[in-house]
Amino acid sequence: MAQVVIRNLNKKFDEVHAVKDVNLNINDKEFIVFVGPSGCGKTTTLRMVAGLESITSGDILINDTVVNELPPMDRDIAMVFQNYALYPHMSVYDNMAFGLKMRKFDKAEIGKRVQEAADILDIGQLLKRKPRQLSGGQRQRVALGRAIVRHPQVFLFDEPLSNLDAKLRVQMRVELKKLHNRLGTTAIYVTHDQVEAMTLGDRVVVMKDGLVQQVGAPLELYNQPANRFVAGFIGSPAMNFAPVAMAERDGAIWLEGPEFRIKPPEPVASRLRGHAGKEVVLGIRPEDLRLANGADSADLAFEATVEVTEQLGSEILLDLKAGPGQMVAALEPTAPAKVGDRLRLAINPNRLHVFDARSEAAI
Amino acid sequence: MVEGALWRRWVFFYIPLTLFVFVLLFPFYWMLITTFRPDGELYQPWNSPRYQPFWTANPTLEHIKYLFEETLFSKWLWNTMFIAAISTMISLFCGVLGGYALSRLNFPFAGSLGTGIFITYLVPQTLLFIPLAEIIRNFKLGDSPWALILTYPTFLIPFCTWLMMGYFKAVPRELEECARIDGASRLQAMLYIIIPVAIPGILSAGIFAFTLSWNEFIYALVFLSSSEQKTVPVGVTSELIRGDVFFWGPLMAGALLGSIPVAMVYSFFVEHYVSGLTGSVKG
Repeated sequence: MAQVVIRNLNKKFDEVHAVKDVNLNINDKEFIVFVGPSGCGKTTTLRMVAGLESITSGDILINDTVVNELPPMDRDIAMVFQNYALYPHMSVYDNMAFGLKMRKFDKAEIGKRVQEAADILDIGQLLKRKPRQLSGGQRQRVALGRAIVRHPQVFLFDEPLSNLDAKLRVQMRVELKKLHNRLGTTAIYVTHDQVEAMTLGDRVVVMKDGLVQQVGAPLELYNQPANRFVAGFIGSPAMNFAPVAMAERDGAIWLEGPEFRIKPPEPVASRLRGHAGKEVVLGIRPEDLRLANGADSADLAFEATVEVTEQLGSEILLDLKAGPGQMVAALEPTAPAKVGDRLRLAINPNRLHVFDARSEAAI
Repeated sequence: MVEGALWRRWVFFYIPLTLFVFVLLFPFYWMLITTFRPDGELYQPWNSPRYQPFWTANPTLEHIKYLFEETLFSKWLWNTMFIAAISTMISLFCGVLGGYALSRLNFPFAGSLGTGIFITYLVPQTLLFIPLAEIIRNFKLGDSPWALILTYPTFLIPFCTWLMMGYFKAVPRELEECARIDGASRLQAMLYIIIPVAIPGILSAGIFAFTLSWNEFIYALVFLSSSEQKTVPVGVTSELIRGDVFFWGPLMAGALLGSIPVAMVYSFFVEHYVSGLTGSVKG
């Protein structure tokens, strides 16, 4: 049972304000993912929760106790590092037992817990080996094992999968999820990979420049991004953005780019009504574009030239030139598109995103 | 390794390597052959008909016997060993702690303190022995092993501290952080994790410090005067060169026997020592 509360958390390194006023309530058993580009403050936040970094101002509470001044050993947390940080001079068994030995558990209990963790992670046959005799994936499992033998209140993960190759990363991602379902320990996970964030997190915290941009369930971030940064960061390939002018004519709202003109339907139109005349940015996800047919209204379609095609098997990505801007469309793999083709594309009217050009907030 | 045709490998690799090995090893060969060569052969003029400087037909243990029976060589060996061992231990202890602190603890002026320690290492011993002699006299330590045991660390500690500082910096910080999250205090993390991981570095610092104090000459020459207190380098040169007469046989025998312990220490730890210098710590 562990809730973690982060209250007005700030961190300054000399001149750099790395974490700015972060507030977050993490519920018991929740899997929270911090995601953002490098240098956004996500790892610093995690290290402050771990007690490895001092707090400039604000509070961190674990189970209603302020832990700001507690050394890492007294916070009852376990952490998995990006480079695994296995003790190279100890066997796998000793690596996993170290935390328990430090906490003066008796030998029988240590043996039992290590065996239990080894069974869960399927590393029972590796216990006598040294870390350098293990593959990357096995090292990762040992690092996880070292965390779970402790039965801590909170797991902290600092980009634990980024040193693995792509295939293993996907596999370990699934295992991490299974492990969390099984143990139910509150977890805080830091990554720069939005796919990991989307697949693992019960809730995802998107950070940029030390500020929390948005906190929400993965689909919430995908469907209702709070600003242009979140919209561009979540989802792959990234959302298309086109600066457009907004005009109100005969009671209807029009978004006008250099090469196209679209009329957003309700309820987007009513949200836009108050902003007439402002510079706005239209956001369309690649998967919300499709080839237009005769039935599509001219108000929601535009023309573009194919510059590159990327056939992925499950879909085809088209890099398009639409007016002065670039766009990516993800279409059915059977879509008849060749380089140089002029295509007419229709926009899914229910999935339009519009952002204020200046503040970048969603409208 | 040079790639390409056979002649290239010979010209650019094997021949230079052979020359290099020859140049390096020849002094040792000379030392060895002189040790076992009887005086009669040693002092032959170069134009004598039976002159053969690179080989001897009548090897003798005469010089080694002389060394042990007529001089205090065994006492010198013991003195050198004792002084080198104790001063190495003192310096390693201080160097490991100092190196750890300078590389890991963020305290004010850590950087300039590190540079300061390095600069003290650069002060030449030929300059330092004058004030040190004064200090030795004030503490009435002259002509005792402690005069050297306490002065050798003046250059050994900066040396060990710097070597260890570099080594500790190469140990991933996460190891220690992980240990601290696992429940170790800073001191425990250092004892159980960082120091065991740094063993190769500590060994190479130790070997270097041991060799430096084993070979040290000027302090030993200045601070020790009686024959039974001397170290090997000073004893051999002061007792076996009388006026302008060089007792080449015993001199070389002394040099040979004096370098054996160091060679043994090196060969014993060579693997650790190499990995210490190349700094291979994997997380």
